[in-house]
Amino acid sequence: MSPEIGHFALWLAAGAALLQGIAPSIGLWRHDEGLVALARPAAVAQGLFTLVAFLVLMHAFYVSDFSVALVVENSHTMKPTMYRLTGVWANHEGSLLLWVLVMAFSGALVALAPSALGERFRARVLSVQGIVALGFFAFLLFASNPFARVWPAPTEGQGLNPLLQDPGLTFHPPLLYAGYVGLSVTFAYAVAGMLENVIGPRWAREARIPLAIAWAFLTLGITLGSWWAYYELGWGGWWFWDPVENASLMPWLAATALLHSIVVVMKRDALRAWTLLLSVAGFSLAMMGTFIVRSGVITSVHAFAVDPLRGVFLMVLMALYIGGALAIYAYAAGRVTEGKQFALVSRESTLVANNLLVTAMLGVVLIGTLYPMALEAMGGAQISVGPPYFNRVLVPMMLVMAVLMGIAPWIGWRRSATGHLSARLLPAGIAALAAVSIALWVLGVRGLGWILGFGASAWLAAASISILMKRGLTPGIIGMALAHLGVAVSILGATASGALQQEALVNMRVGDAIVLGPWRAELQDVRPVAGPNWTAIEAKIDVTRHGRPLAQLRPQTRTFIAPPMETTESARAGWRTGEVYMVLGKPDGEGRWQVHMWIKPLVRLIWWGGLLMAFGGVLALGDRVRLKRRAGQAAHRAAPALQGA
Amino acid sequence: MIAAAKPKRQRLVLALVAAAVLLLAGVVAVFALQDTAAYFKSPGDIAASPPAPGETIRLGGLVKPGTVGRSADGLVLHFTVTDTEADTEVSYRGIVPDLFKEGQGVIATGSFDSSGRFQATQLLAKHDENYVPPEVAKSLEKRGHPVGQS
Repeated sequence: MSPEIGHFALWLAAGAALLQGIAPSIGLWRHDEGLVALARPAAVAQGLFTLVAFLVLMHAFYVSDFSVALVVENSHTMKPTMYRLTGVWANHEGSLLLWVLVMAFSGALVALAPSALGERFRARVLSVQGIVALGFFAFLLFASNPFARVWPAPTEGQGLNPLLQDPGLTFHPPLLYAGYVGLSVTFAYAVAGMLENVIGPRWAREARIPLAIAWAFLTLGITLGSWWAYYELGWGGWWFWDPVENASLMPWLAATALLHSIVVVMKRDALRAWTLLLSVAGFSLAMMGTFIVRSGVITSVHAFAVDPLRGVFLMVLMALYIGGALAIYAYAAGRVTEGKQFALVSRESTLVANNLLVTAMLGVVLIGTLYPMALEAMGGAQISVGPPYFNRVLVPMMLVMAVLMGIAPWIGWRRSATGHLSARLLPAGIAALAAVSIALWVLGVRGLGWILGFGASAWLAAASISILMKRGLTPGIIGMALAHLGVAVSILGATASGALQQEALVNMRVGDAIVLGPWRAELQDVRPVAGPNWTAIEAKIDVTRHGRPLAQLRPQTRTFIAPPMETTESARAGWRTGEVYMVLGKPDGEGRWQVHMWIKPLVRLIWWGGLLMAFGGVLALGDRVRLKRRAGQAAHRAAPALQGA
Repeated sequence: MIAAAKPKRQRLVLALVAAAVLLLAGVVAVFALQDTAAYFKSPGDIAASPPAPGETIRLGGLVKPGTVGRSADGLVLHFTVTDTEADTEVSYRGIVPDLFKEGQGVIATGSFDSSGRFQATQLLAKHDENYVPPEVAKSLEKRGHPVGQS
């Protein structure tokens, strides 16, 4: 397949996006049904053409077509097939093409999926999506063409950053992009909803679907990214408060707040304006994340683009979309009247509290991430804001959040009594007390933050499980309880792996052993090994617990051939849901090797919790299926409020 | 519409509460920032105005050739960071990053101990063969020693 086909398909897709953006808007304005009807086929065509372009690029990587500049710069014939294929999105142009592909797919899905809000609204949504996609096509075609050729074609490529040669690359970027781009659907729903003046429970019920799916993808993408960083970097941590990580956390926080506020719109027709604002903010933050990561304002493995022009292009694009959406918001806000009111003690007010806390957390992350960049851009000092800042501010907020999350589901809509709460929350209270006692006196944990972490996770877990024990559960309530349980599980993993972690850094000869409590790790052998495009020094370390063999760990220091680069490959073994983590360092020239060993109890719960959250988030959509079926029996009956209590 | 006035008031109260909470978070964040932000400093900056012991900074420069050594137990790495104008001696206990080499760029995060030695808790070497940490490149450029950054 000639790369020109891909390039041409990209132009056709951009044309389809243009048609999809312009035609329905003119059609709605001029009352021309024919133009409005163009929206759906245009969206499907955009999806197909983008898919063709993507497949052509993938083929170029697969056959190592070194006449394509992107392949030369990012691939190598010695790379294993899987990494040649996933290498497609391990660079600026290719990852942007993936972004556009996901965007075009989501447009096609909106065009093909059933909608209860009517063709007029659908055409409006598709039009907004087309205009958003158009900007990214322009960026791709004018500033980041993935199909640019080189002549004469070199015989070998320059290879890929070895840190990216990992199964994590296969899933992490596509999942994250599906999440980011999914937020563009919610964005389009919000803008179209304002233009069509249909913001209300019916709108919310439908807008919630792409939102929950996007949120679940984002959750999975972040979880996977955290796990990847944990084993790949060899630093023994799972979250570094790196600007790149924060860039994905911010849209996630906005989407989390939105996921809760949209339920208020759906059930009680309140908080409309705020929900719209969050919908705009979610996608804006996703774009800002892409800008931070891709523009080269920060340096990391994620920063592919160093061309400042691209940064400017992205910034202009971002300003246009955010500005446009806010202008429509300002114009439509008068029409979006605030809905029903509610009492101080009500489900609504707990969800408002959730939104305030999550938004405040978002603000804290935003300030910590942007402040150093802004300071440097203004010619000030170069500072770095790291874990001390984020942990100090966010951990207390997270703990308050966990406590409220345990209580909120027991409070009814509109106006709620509080008499039943003490009985309902008794198990959670007992669990929290038990967890704190165990942490203090059995595990000997010291440090207020850690102890409260144990208590909060037990509190939230017990409260969520007691919801699951009730009768007459709907998928919505089960999904909510599971997602909240996921948060509790992640908090427990983070707390336990931090508070109970043991580590040792030693210089050892073959035959020496590290002893950490019941753990013993003996260095058996250190020898060179070779892989497809690397050589390595590999240590063999036998790990026992209470004298019983657990695993042989083989940490490596690898030297990649193209590009020449050394990486540290950690070795890990699971024990219950904890891990033994080992890193091999440099020799000291006297036959000794540096070995860093960590014992991290329950660390895997951090990621299991993330999976549970994503699963719960999608499961909660099940309510809609139920409601629809019921609505079929009794048409246009108001949706019954599904109370948690 | 009898209730027309009340939702409006509720909206106002909500907006005020929201503004107060967000403002509070912002204030807390700014104070925490001032407390915890780590400044980037080159050896020249440190010679000009030495930071207080215990203050976390990011020391950046080049690893001076011929200065890399280890303690007797092999666990602590000693080296000197230079910006060609001044030198700072650094001790680091931990796994040495893959790309740490003499003559190459490095950023060491840590603080000065009471004896005036820089104790690094984290070393950041360049990401690949052609890369110099931008802060280091900038500070060297300022001193008239531009580094080729391809």
